Amino acid sequence: MKRVEIVGQENAHNSNDVTLSSKAKYRLYPGKASINFILFLLLIGVLITALFMGRYPIDPVTVVVIVVAGILEWIGDKIAIITGVKIAFFWSIPHTWSTVMDTVVWDVRLPRAIAVILAGSGLAVSGATYQGVFRNPLVSESILGVSAGAGVGAALAILMDQGTDVIQFSAFAFGLLAVGMTFAISRVYRSNPTLVFVLAGIIVGGLFSAIISLLKFVADPYSKLPDIVFWLMGSFAKASTANFIQVIPIILIATLVIVLLRWHLNIISMGDEEARSLGMDTKRFRLVFIVCSTLLTAAAVCIGGVIGWVGLIIPHISRMLVGPDHKDMIIASILLGGSYLLAVDTVCRTLMSVEIPISIVTSILGAPIFLYLLYITKKAWS
Amino acid sequence: MMCARLEVQNATFSYDGKRNIFEDISFSVDSGDVFCILGPNGTGKSTLLRCLCNLYPLNAGNIYIDGKDISSYSPKKLAKKIGFIPQIHTPTFPYSVLQVVMMGRTPHLNMFASPSHRDREIALEALKTVNIEHIWDKPYTELSGGQMQLVLMARVLAQEPEILLLDEPTSHLDVGNQIYTIKMIRKLSQEGLALVMTSHFPDHTFLSSSKVGIMKDRKFLAMGPAEVVVTEENLQEAYGVPIKIVRIDGEIKRKIAVPVISD
Repeated sequence: MKRVEIVGQENAHNSNDVTLSSKAKYRLYPGKASINFILFLLLIGVLITALFMGRYPIDPVTVVVIVVAGILEWIGDKIAIITGVKIAFFWSIPHTWSTVMDTVVWDVRLPRAIAVILAGSGLAVSGATYQGVFRNPLVSESILGVSAGAGVGAALAILMDQGTDVIQFSAFAFGLLAVGMTFAISRVYRSNPTLVFVLAGIIVGGLFSAIISLLKFVADPYSKLPDIVFWLMGSFAKASTANFIQVIPIILIATLVIVLLRWHLNIISMGDEEARSLGMDTKRFRLVFIVCSTLLTAAAVCIGGVIGWVGLIIPHISRMLVGPDHKDMIIASILLGGSYLLAVDTVCRTLMSVEIPISIVTSILGAPIFLYLLYITKKAWS
Repeated sequence: MMCARLEVQNATFSYDGKRNIFEDISFSVDSGDVFCILGPNGTGKSTLLRCLCNLYPLNAGNIYIDGKDISSYSPKKLAKKIGFIPQIHTPTFPYSVLQVVMMGRTPHLNMFASPSHRDREIALEALKTVNIEHIWDKPYTELSGGQMQLVLMARVLAQEPEILLLDEPTSHLDVGNQIYTIKMIRKLSQEGLALVMTSHFPDHTFLSSSKVGIMKDRKFLAMGPAEVVVTEENLQEAYGVPIKIVRIDGEIKRKIAVPVISD
């Protein structure tokens, strides 16, 4: 480190009034780690709530006991298989509840809750990543056309009378296809990569939205059209373990990569030239970030349909809570995205006798929340 | 510290492959040198500076650092050799001053790592060096232009390069901050850094530069020590207005350049 001392300078940079003795003085956002811990507790709290709320009443304590007993027995089973020894401790919780409750918690509510958490976290973290990479707090996870593409894929599969598996795969594949097209178009121009990406995304998104309209227009209005419309409004009602088990590794790996590289989001958000002059291979990093975010969004959309606003507002709330440093903000987005979407999904399935499509609720909540965020953070964007 | 030496040979650059921004430019900068590039707006001073740290690859010619062509350096290795202070701009997200300075540690970090405690100490040290440690937790986006310039200076110090490129470091500053920045540049060159800067103030070359190049029409009109190169004739040719160079003795004891305005 080169020390440079300017002697006798008499301007505003004088620092006589600052004492540098305590290192604690330089801790940034002192509470950020504990805020993320609180968000983790919040996620657990929402999860427990989601497990006991519903048509079939189970009290919260029983829900926790059912889950703990289930996990212990599962571990006991695994140990028994590997070592051949059955340890009684793992079966020590007496089953005081009915088998229906077991089924409701383990086969219905828990898989759905996990699907919702994965989708919510995935959407939030991909929104946060896109906002960093494109240096724009107003972009969301659908900016490169992934949602519109997925919509086309799902609508096509529904038109062709396919089952849930094929619909999901088709949505996923078309989501990636749309982003691939965005990439291809953006290659046409060499300068200002971020702006070209966003413009190409708008072009592709517009094209695929038009195709969705066309597919709706030709769909049978009594059987197929409602299915397409409902899919586009998003729902986790069909989420069962079998349906989303294939996308779990995609979501986990893509999230892990972003978490590991998250500090570089700070650098890339300073602009391409600046990041490169700081020794960052922006081309490669941008590609990795976009690929991971796209996989996350496509995976989330294929489990739960098109869900708006989560990728836009969760990163903002996270930034408000722990500051703009992606080191903390990405973690906060993961935790908060999961809690938020799970809370919304729980409302969707319990509020009325019919399930409300989830995107309706995220939009009704998202618009005023975003307005509020605009109002209180306007200073930071000027 | 190793003697870092920047050698530019017959550098030619063009954005579109048709019209050259500059052509056939050669110069070298040694440790302890301050090379100042003067010239009217739009002559490609900033472009040349960006080529020096490989932000734009040359169309022809070569740039060597320590005898090795810069295109053979990895981005990380290059960033350890050469630091670039861009013109100040406001980023999207309101990072704190310390966070911005810590970004300078990027080339020293492992790909999956965040800055360590030691990186933080180095960043704090850099803040102390430019005397702005008292604003360490202020949002960078809310600073004045002068403060931003100093934060970028601290960031490049935390980067610990051997060559420093500054794009118009004094442009957005008031007189006090201009002089403060010039003193800093002088001090850094005495510490053994090689500096290349662009400037709009011919006057400042007398204060800080060991070498001056005046850029005009894709080439250096003149290059050499400030005393020799910054002359009334050269400045008039470069800027198209008459500029007088006067030596003031007594307390000031240096040359100054003043434009002549005749009605």
